[in-house]
Amino acid sequence: MRNYKNVIAAYSIMIFLIILVGIFQSWSIALTILNYCLISAVMTIGANIQWGYAGLINFGIMGYTALGGLAVVLVSVEPVKKAWQVGGLNILACIWIIVAIIFVVKFILNRFDKSKLRNYSVASVILGGIILLRVTAAPGIEAIESVDPAKTGFLGGMGLPVLFSWIVGALLAGSLAFVIGKIALGLRADYLAIATLLIAEIIVSIIKHEEWLARGVKNVIGLKRPAPYEIDLQTSEWFINLVAKFNSSKLNLINSIADKQEALNQMVIDASSVYVKLCFTGLFLTVVIILLIVTQKALYSPWGRKMRAIRDNEEAASAMGKNIVKEHLLIFILGSAIVGLAGAMMVTNDGLFTPGSYRPMRYTFVIWVMVIVGGTGNNFGAILGGFVVWFLWVEAAPIALFLINLFTSHLPETNAVRVHLIESAPYFRFLVIGIGLLLIMRYRPQGIIPEKIIKQ
Amino acid sequence: MDFLNAIIVLFNFTVIPALAYGSQLALGAIFVTLIYAVLRFANFATGDMMSFGTMFAVILTYYFQSLGFGLGVLPTALLTIPFAILMMILYMLIIDKFVFSYYRIKKSPPVQFAMVSVGVMFVTQALIRIIIGPSDRRFLDGEKFIIKATEFKEMTGLAEGITLKSTQAITIIVTLIVVSIMFWFLNRTKTGTSMRAYSDNEDLALLSGIDPKRVVLITWIIAGILATIGGVLYGLDKSYRPFVYFNNMLPIFAAAIVGGIGNPFGAFLGGYVIAFAEIFVTYAYKRFISYLLPEHLEPDSLLQLLSTDYKFAVSFSILVIVLLIRPSGIFKGKVI
Repeated sequence: MRNYKNVIAAYSIMIFLIILVGIFQSWSIALTILNYCLISAVMTIGANIQWGYAGLINFGIMGYTALGGLAVVLVSVEPVKKAWQVGGLNILACIWIIVAIIFVVKFILNRFDKSKLRNYSVASVILGGIILLRVTAAPGIEAIESVDPAKTGFLGGMGLPVLFSWIVGALLAGSLAFVIGKIALGLRADYLAIATLLIAEIIVSIIKHEEWLARGVKNVIGLKRPAPYEIDLQTSEWFINLVAKFNSSKLNLINSIADKQEALNQMVIDASSVYVKLCFTGLFLTVVIILLIVTQKALYSPWGRKMRAIRDNEEAASAMGKNIVKEHLLIFILGSAIVGLAGAMMVTNDGLFTPGSYRPMRYTFVIWVMVIVGGTGNNFGAILGGFVVWFLWVEAAPIALFLINLFTSHLPETNAVRVHLIESAPYFRFLVIGIGLLLIMRYRPQGIIPEKIIKQ
Repeated sequence: MDFLNAIIVLFNFTVIPALAYGSQLALGAIFVTLIYAVLRFANFATGDMMSFGTMFAVILTYYFQSLGFGLGVLPTALLTIPFAILMMILYMLIIDKFVFSYYRIKKSPPVQFAMVSVGVMFVTQALIRIIIGPSDRRFLDGEKFIIKATEFKEMTGLAEGITLKSTQAITIIVTLIVVSIMFWFLNRTKTGTSMRAYSDNEDLALLSGIDPKRVVLITWIIAGILATIGGVLYGLDKSYRPFVYFNNMLPIFAAAIVGGIGNPFGAFLGGYVIAFAEIFVTYAYKRFISYLLPEHLEPDSLLQLLSTDYKFAVSFSILVIVLLIRPSGIFKGKVI
């Protein structure tokens, strides 16, 4: 038990901080932060599998997150029947063309020896395929995008329950990782980082600009929820009674009936938002706990030991007969699938899909900071990193504002420096995260909760 | 005549913008490649370091304008570049002293360096936003155009005109001057040779009495010059916006790797390869073709391979292809 002392201490501090936010700001904000902390934790588990277990550097987290988000739209939104009628055939034809291109290219690569002729023919097949794709797709896309462009203008999804999309998100991200891994995993560490960063940019730009797929930058709003809606709660009898019961002592202090009713209404509105967030918290917590158990088992299984051996010395592991290429690909897929799951969870939590908001800063680098700060190779550490960094990311601005006000309180209200500093308070989050990362890298490179090797 | 018109259309809408954009990328790519060759890490703070240097130029430009200094037809920003470079070098040396030198002495793996540079990226970005804010700023003054399309049409009597913005001309000329001085320095002077020796084989260089501290210092100085000039030229040509500079890091990386990372000449050409590819693939050839073909064959569509939304995607695809087929880059050669 002694070994877990620092883990328990670190998590207690974190929970305490979130409770402090609940007391000083509001419980709704505290729960929002907690939910995002949990989503970040799932992302860091994914990144930690790749970086901590196997030493693979993947700067493409943003791409998988976006793909997970796309899965929510593709699965849960009701299909737009008219769009399918006018352009569905073209899109299906395009999918077949893509499949055909892949098979032809594979066929050429397998059947013929390496030569200039082969390279040229592969290039011409791809180029011809792209032109064919454009010709086939153009009328379909135009027709789809003109179907009620203000509301739909896309093919819609399958109309299935939203929780199903979490699995689909993971599958989508995993299959993308399979393709990318096949292509890029042979690269050296820093090349791999740059290549994955750029591939993620390509994925996001495709999602942004292919409006027939998921409305692109026009966003999809009002996605399904696995939790009840606030409006429904506010009108349901049992919920109002529950709120009244919880706050009976407060309500009893109010004498007039009209005032009492008003106070109760306000309480119901507040409580409904807290209740919905609690539902999400429960769901996310379940996912995090399941993932934690599975990854923890995997880490201390023979498979986990093999991964660590490959990470620490590829040549030696290879000499022992381990297939490094296969294991790297597997772990790349697993990690990315978990990140995709997190992406789907995040879009479900927000209830909207905004491709324009996927930026490498927020979705790649901050996640990496979480993994490094928390502790690479240790799942508890990675999750803690997700909590700590997300908490700082959100709370840095209010704290900075408070400190600026404190230190400039002797200056007049209109002092230029003071006004400027107060205006730029939101940007202190970058400073806090950056300095935090630099300090951790320098003085505790193994992270807050370092990797622990259990000798068996 | 139609043929001439077609050439001019192509020249005006693709070649000139691509040359200017390529020059800006080339400066950044040489910056990336120098850091990679001498200090041996991929610097993820590239875009923000360029932005940081430009920020000083922007602030000083506003200050000089308020004092009434100026260069007449040339933009005031050119006057502020030397001061901005000084500030930039100072900042880089401080960063190196407090952050990078520790890992250099410890001989950390490149991945750790890359993560540290991500930390520097965050800090730099925060400083920029706190000092100047995230908004879009134009700081170009002086004459805007060298040749206007209408003037060109009057001069030559052609149906199509060429527009040459002064910023484009300045960008190309300044880039050529800076890059030639840098290559002369690297190849002809003793310090440049010692830098190349250090990048080729650190141990041997140390044995032959090359001072590593001096090499690192000179590298940061050159890097500061390149970053600031590249950033200011981009800012003059488009506009200064911190977020855009961060995004520019990606095509710059692509240029450096396509050219063969560690090889400054490769990086220089890589910048143009990326710029020309981006613009040629996303340009709509309708007007160009309509001059060449007889009237009844005129195309209906825009004849655009990819929409301009995919500008970045083009350069990244090139990078991915190069990484797969020839990871050492197009222009192999000795390292720096």
